[in-house]
Amino acid sequence: MSYIPLQLPDLALAALLLIANGVVSIWFRLGLERSLAIAALRMMLQLSVVALALRTIFALNSPLWTVALALVMTAAAAFEIVSRQERRIQGPVAFALGAGAPFFAGLVATLFATAIVIGPDPWYAPRYVLPLFGMMLGNALSGTSLVLDSVTSGAVRDRVAIEARIALGASRFEALDAILRRALTTGLMPIVTAMATTGIVALPGMMTGQILAGIDPVSAAKYQVMIMFLIAGSTGMAVVAAGIGAVLLITDERHRLRLDRLSRS
Amino acid sequence: MLRVEHLRIGLLPPLSFAVANGECLAVEGPSGSGKTRILRAIADLDPVDGQIFLDGAERGETPAQSWRRAVRYVAAEPGWWADTPRATLADPAESGARVARLLSAVGLSEETLDRPVSQLSTGERLRLALVRALADEPSVILLDEPTGALDVGATALIAELIRFQLLAGRCVLLASHDRALVARLAHARLQLGPPQASPVNGRTLPP
Repeated sequence: MSYIPLQLPDLALAALLLIANGVVSIWFRLGLERSLAIAALRMMLQLSVVALALRTIFALNSPLWTVALALVMTAAAAFEIVSRQERRIQGPVAFALGAGAPFFAGLVATLFATAIVIGPDPWYAPRYVLPLFGMMLGNALSGTSLVLDSVTSGAVRDRVAIEARIALGASRFEALDAILRRALTTGLMPIVTAMATTGIVALPGMMTGQILAGIDPVSAAKYQVMIMFLIAGSTGMAVVAAGIGAVLLITDERHRLRLDRLSRS
Repeated sequence: MLRVEHLRIGLLPPLSFAVANGECLAVEGPSGSGKTRILRAIADLDPVDGQIFLDGAERGETPAQSWRRAVRYVAAEPGWWADTPRATLADPAESGARVARLLSAVGLSEETLDRPVSQLSTGERLRLALVRALADEPSVILLDEPTGALDVGATALIAELIRFQLLAGRCVLLASHDRALVARLAHARLQLGPPQASPVNGRTLPP
């Protein structure tokens, strides 16, 4: 039960499997060879950069650099969230919501985990903070993205019913009540499903990683349980913040539905 | 009294007019001339420049929800957010008797309220939406094609209902392609031209 480091020739060997994908693409004339090659190269480049950055930051062990990398991750998440929307809410506020909801949810959950649950020394140790924050951010990102998309597409689809309620004197939260509830359900569903099926359908990536690194499976499972709770908590926070924020952004203070603030599809 | 001053709708020149209690102003013009936009602006459903006063209180000074409880827009296409019409009524307990009266006035039976919306005809939905809009007795009623999908008999019932609202002292703005309905009800007309043509400002005087 020891860790076997990989060498570059090992990676080259694994890359041979990509050739199978290339053959499929050519055989069925999918035209995916180029995208496949670019995607594979991007993956290698991105992971190399991140790995080197993490190695440097772990060595520095400085809170400042830890925060800096967390902010870069958040900006990437916000960009990803905004660009994933079919009808996106226009303006810098939407970007702030896309960045703010996952960031604060991730921040709270990560600080909770490092400062109270795990308790590394120092508590801001980047080796703990950054991977945890990354996992929180990634899951909060999916939740936020789903919620924003659900609210905007729901409002476009049910515009007539929403405006009928508004015209009868309903407030914006009354009029968008069904939409918001559906959006929150959509945003929370993946983590509920993940918790229910984890370990049966697939071993979670982090647990697999720890096992490969030679950790006892029971210890790895304990870590995974904690991570799932953290993810559930942070996704919940991000989803609620994003849902309420989205309702506020597509309505105004006069309780009007403002679909003109959405980009054209 | 409803008073509209310098309302700027799209490319139309600023509109100013007043509708006294118990008066009906017909808003006329070809499709796309801005009839719906005027009615929506008065109900404060779209952000539009200009002042709108209801009994001296300006739209912006009144909380949005109170404004729309008093100034009621009835859309040409009714919206439904529940399975049955009854579930979309504001407060069934409080307005029960009024709803029953309104239903019989538009020629519908009370059991219509509990039928699934998906099984109702277009005309039934239109009349139910009107009942729903009038149930809490708004003081200004903005009607957008209230008889669009109705037959002659139902149209006559709606005309009577509108006339009754006028007798009760409510202001009515009526956007309709039905010339006979307009001729029967309107005290004044606001004529909108096709885009680019200049509209005439209408005004009704207190009786």
